[in-house]
Amino acid sequence: MIAMTYENAAAFAQTSGLLYFAGIFVGVCVYAFWPRNRARFEAAAHLPLTED
Amino acid sequence: MPARSVSKHMTEGEIGLGLSLLVGAFLCALASARAVDAPFSIHMGLFALAGFAGLAALVKRYEGRPAAVPQEIAGKPHYNLGPVKFAVVAAMVWGIAGFLVGCIIAFQLWAPSLNLGIEYASFGRLRPLHTSAVIFAFGGNVLIGTSLYVVQRTCRARLAGDLAPWFVVLGYNLFIVIAGTGYLMGVTQSKEYAEPEWYADLWLTIVWVVYLLVFLATLWKRKEPHIFVANWFYLAFIVTIAMLHSVNNLAVPVSWLGSKSYPVFAGVQDALIQWWYGHNAVGFFLTAGFLAIMYYFVPKRAERPIYSYRLSIIHFWALVFMYIWAGPHHLHYTALPDWAQTLGMTFSIMLWMPSWGGMINGLMTLSGAWDKLRTDPVLRFMVVSLAFYGMATFEGPMMSIKAVNALSHYTDWTIGHVHSGALGWVAYISFGALYCLVPWLWNRREVYSLKLVEWHFWISTLGIVLYITSMWVAGIMQGLMWRAYNALGFLEYSFVETVEAMQPYYLVRALGGVLFLIGALIMAYNLAMTVAGRTAEREALSGSVGLAPAE
Amino acid sequence: MATAQPGLWKRHEIFEKNSIILLIGALIVVSIGGLVEIAPLFYLKSTVETVEGVRPYTPLELAGRNIYIREGCYLCHSQMVRPMRDEIERYGHFSLAAESMYDHPFQWGSKRTGPDLARVGGKYSDQWHREHLIEPRAVVPASIMPAYAFLDRPLDTEAIAEDLKANRAVGVPYSDEMIAQAQADLTAQRDPDGPGAAGLQRRYPGATIRDFGGGRTRATEIDALIAYLQVLGTMVDFKIYEDKKNLR
Repeated sequence: MIAMTYENAAAFAQTSGLLYFAGIFVGVCVYAFWPRNRARFEAAAHLPLTED
Repeated sequence: MPARSVSKHMTEGEIGLGLSLLVGAFLCALASARAVDAPFSIHMGLFALAGFAGLAALVKRYEGRPAAVPQEIAGKPHYNLGPVKFAVVAAMVWGIAGFLVGCIIAFQLWAPSLNLGIEYASFGRLRPLHTSAVIFAFGGNVLIGTSLYVVQRTCRARLAGDLAPWFVVLGYNLFIVIAGTGYLMGVTQSKEYAEPEWYADLWLTIVWVVYLLVFLATLWKRKEPHIFVANWFYLAFIVTIAMLHSVNNLAVPVSWLGSKSYPVFAGVQDALIQWWYGHNAVGFFLTAGFLAIMYYFVPKRAERPIYSYRLSIIHFWALVFMYIWAGPHHLHYTALPDWAQTLGMTFSIMLWMPSWGGMINGLMTLSGAWDKLRTDPVLRFMVVSLAFYGMATFEGPMMSIKAVNALSHYTDWTIGHVHSGALGWVAYISFGALYCLVPWLWNRREVYSLKLVEWHFWISTLGIVLYITSMWVAGIMQGLMWRAYNALGFLEYSFVETVEAMQPYYLVRALGGVLFLIGALIMAYNLAMTVAGRTAEREALSGSVGLAPAE
Repeated sequence: MATAQPGLWKRHEIFEKNSIILLIGALIVVSIGGLVEIAPLFYLKSTVETVEGVRPYTPLELAGRNIYIREGCYLCHSQMVRPMRDEIERYGHFSLAAESMYDHPFQWGSKRTGPDLARVGGKYSDQWHREHLIEPRAVVPASIMPAYAFLDRPLDTEAIAEDLKANRAVGVPYSDEMIAQAQADLTAQRDPDGPGAAGLQRRYPGATIRDFGGGRTRATEIDALIAYLQVLGTMVDFKIYEDKKNLR
């Protein structure tokens, strides 16, 4: 059991925080650049212009 | 086509809302009679009046309405524009009121006798009136109005709910009236941008939940497969504000029949929660909400799709992720623990990137159509707003660096920074959106006069420039004077000498504010003429606006 | 037709869920940020130092504090001395978290149109404060502060015990005795020779008991406000406080 000192808490927060943010960022980028999504995004981008 | 005969009867919603209004109004009237302090009595009286007025409006509406409101007419969605129109008019009226109060308090700092020695006109009570009027009354009505418009158009569906959208718009403006009159009477929690007391907060919570439900239910009704990115931003704005509002306003009332309450948090915890709220009011109310406006109105006005839809997705999530951490930069070098300050600073600096992602996406939408900037002052408002957004979101991260903050904090530099965002970004994108929206809502081809839009643009831009440059100089000078030492190692200036040194800058700032107000008055006239269906004579004759693009 | 219908519905269902997914995703994302930053402040012992001397406000000081809040003083005056040379020389020892541990709400402020007030207690006389509040420019010619002559009116003391009760509900250690004596204490604080002075001093150690320049007539709002201003920053004795012990 690791003692709950300020240093240990900070070390844990820093590593897990880095992984959390990097993970989310990569996930969002993959989603945004996934080739199959391209057409969907194209269509969505034209939404305001094609309305009646 | 003969209308299908449907027997007209009260809907469950009408009966339910009518009963709630009746019971609520009676309870409020009772509370007003038994209140322990005068402001609470007045406010409960206002609530009771509003309840009875709402009831009367409900009955009148029932008499006038058809048996059933069609969702579609001739295959096209039957959009519900009434609440949008109300919000647009309210935004314009509150905007002018808020700018006016801002000018008054700016002059008070230059000439303190303008406080008039009466409590209702003193700076301390008018300042929250100014901030709330511009942020929540003007900005809030713009956000509610445009969101209810954009969500219908991009979903190709009529707003969900029959009475609910009206309840949101009217209820929100009732909250504004309660909050504003409260400030004048000294009813405040003293939490900046969250000043209204517990009963106003509870009322806003009810209104906000209905707002969220109307928005979501409209998304569920949609005929389009996609949820357009503007709606993402609107949704993030509504949800996050709900969360921030309910946590930051947790309080225990002294009496259920009185206005005063004590927040549940104290000292350092209260400070962090307040600025977690305060900074995200900037992030989600004044940024995410208005970026939603940008994502719909800029492409619409420029008649081209957004530059990169992918970038909008990435910067949406990055913005939502990072903003929420940035609050502690309001508490640098205070008794807040260092680790929290460092965390706040780190995320504030990182925020620069997603912020500029949004700015680039908006600006580049115009690539290939830059000439429109010369001919279309409405589009120019929106593009300049993006430039100010870019400037303010560069300045913000810079000011969150502890070494810079040591100088800038507590000074008028902060005030200047806020106004470059508030006047340059929030107000300008709102002006652009309103100039688009009013002709669309009232079925006019264009605003009454584009020349007046030009005048509005240049007068208010000059106003902003005067405002932010004077506050830069004032703020940096103040910060330097506070820390100046003389040759003998003593502090060079007494505090009041630094106050005296501000006087010319406070005057320039106030004049800048007056120019901004004049611009808004021109706008109100222009929009009123548009609603009235008039077209400016000279422009009608020439058929188009004076300038043509150079080839 | 019959076969198309369920398929269409199924597809529609996913779209419906999307907005909820979007909502929940955004909510999770924003709450994590808040939780990680805010929650430790309540659990890490180092957030608020252990300091001797910080006590709940007396009823008169609390009433004055409520006037300070009502008039929006916090909009121009901070109550947070930062640990910088010039601020410490200008205002005094930098502020400790413990000094605002009973402040519901905190009054750290965000702007110094006027000077910081965290340690204004004891710096000026009661009479100076009174004249300054009534007409700031009579005392400080270049001041731009509004005149608060209208505060020279009777203080509403009726419900002060209720205020203490509400404070206790949010964690301020007011005892039953303090609440029972609240209204008497409010009067007693302005009467050093009166019968209530000793009891007040016992309940609120170190409280200043004097008429705050207002004479013995009924307490006014100015009296209460001055009582509050005069206690600001005076509770901790920095002659015996050790900075090193509380580095964090």
